[in-house]
Amino acid sequence: MATIYPRRKALNGLMMGLCIAAAAIGLAWLALILGALIYKGLAGVNLAVFTEMTPPPGAAGGLLNAIFGSVVVTIIAVIIGTPIGILAGTYMAEYGRFSKLTVVVRFINDILLSAPSIIIGLFIYELIVRPMGHFSGIAGSVALAMLVIPVVVRTTEDMLNLVPNALREAGTAIGAPRWIVIRSVGYRAALSGIVTGILLAIARISGETAPLLFTALNNQFWSSNLNAPIASLPVTIFQFALSPYQEWQQLAWTGALIITLTVLTLSIVARSLTGRKEG
Amino acid sequence: MTQMVSLDKIQPQQSVGQPKIEIKNLNFYYGETKALKNISLQLPERSVTAFIGPSGCGKSTLLRVLNRIYELYPKQRAEGEVLVDGKNILDRDQDLNLLRTKVGMVFQKPTPFPMSIYENIAFGVRLYEQVSKSEMDERVEAALRRAALWNEVKDKLHAGGTSLSGGQQQRLCIARTVAVKPEIILLDEPASALDPLSTAKIEELIDELRADYTIVIVTHNMQQAARVSRQTAFMYLGELIEFDDTAKIFTSPQEKRTQDYVTGRFG
Repeated sequence: MATIYPRRKALNGLMMGLCIAAAAIGLAWLALILGALIYKGLAGVNLAVFTEMTPPPGAAGGLLNAIFGSVVVTIIAVIIGTPIGILAGTYMAEYGRFSKLTVVVRFINDILLSAPSIIIGLFIYELIVRPMGHFSGIAGSVALAMLVIPVVVRTTEDMLNLVPNALREAGTAIGAPRWIVIRSVGYRAALSGIVTGILLAIARISGETAPLLFTALNNQFWSSNLNAPIASLPVTIFQFALSPYQEWQQLAWTGALIITLTVLTLSIVARSLTGRKEG
Repeated sequence: MTQMVSLDKIQPQQSVGQPKIEIKNLNFYYGETKALKNISLQLPERSVTAFIGPSGCGKSTLLRVLNRIYELYPKQRAEGEVLVDGKNILDRDQDLNLLRTKVGMVFQKPTPFPMSIYENIAFGVRLYEQVSKSEMDERVEAALRRAALWNEVKDKLHAGGTSLSGGQQQRLCIARTVAVKPEIILLDEPASALDPLSTAKIEELIDELRADYTIVIVTHNMQQAARVSRQTAFMYLGELIEFDDTAKIFTSPQEKRTQDYVTGRFG
């Protein structure tokens, strides 16, 4: 024992050191990215960013049409994707809890969850853009909805599965039909978790570029027509960042900062929602 | 404590009413496993019946047949007859939700719904009745009084049900069950998760409720069975070994296995 113990202690210290180093490396990159974004992005933040349209090369302008387009396309994607996701998750956790179909759906959903978003973009391109004959905001929303669905399905199922069975039995034992038990007991108990899932889905899609490139494309001007190409922040960043024009590059940095802060805020809100439930 | 009734004070069975529940040749399966073997038993109206027996004997399973709560899970099935007021509740045409409004159930762990104390009770009432706001207020108060909880919660009816202590939560669950006006109340080890004081309160409550309801209680606490029930069924390995007046079961059981169990020789 006298010989083993110091070795174990040293090994323990080594392992702990490695773990801390790995964590520090991960965090360092995050800090560097955030630092660069804030340093470069903040320089371009001014009123014009939020009030003016994306400019032609060499001119001053803002990101208003891109911000607006992103918000609209995202909201519609959430409106399409959330009900489908919640209903599917509800089926899996409640009605189909013991069904083979649930196992199959869960497996496929997990694949969808990790499917490269560019594939989703191409899929919607074939499904909607080609038949319609042109790029459109609605095609962008559908593509993003395809990314929302698996996230919401997964969190809804997980959160409903966390609701104790005793609670379901209690609701049933009082004579409540199944859907009332689900609505008044299940959803109520799982509410903060489900909302968190939706917020995380929004965070996930707000930075997506690939699916939008094939669907909503871009628009240099103000457009709220969902049947036509519409601007979005990620695609604008993609286009501006690759350009040789200094004004565009600056706007790309600023746009990236806006997206990052939005996602960060959503994540923090989601975190605090789940955290509060425990407290 | 008031509920420490000694055995000799238990009333012998007198004028017990018609059987409220009549179980005939009941078999129950969890998949391939037979959990209840040919149980036949008559439970009188407005009386407390206790199911006792060692863990896994099927006492909870039997209780869960009486409101068919087992239907929530696949591969669980009951065969035989369970007559409630002469109607076989195992029939296919039995409406399960209506059955459960008539046969209420309180579980081992307190299960307040994730809503306010008031809503916990109003929820069940609202399912099958249309009542005005003032009527609902009265129903909630009556149910909470019935469950001896009113004085403790009257000033915080809109606080969450989970903010109450375990014993209070369990009485809230009883209030919630009583509020929908059932005729039968099933209690599945209702005090086993509670401290002795809360347990005493629940037992007092059962004592008060038995005048109006047919009560069936599953308990692994033999003193509790002796204190609260008029009849006791002793079960072992899925079989009903003996069913008789509680006093008889605890003082002069017919079966050796019953005697061994109630005297603490096994179980």
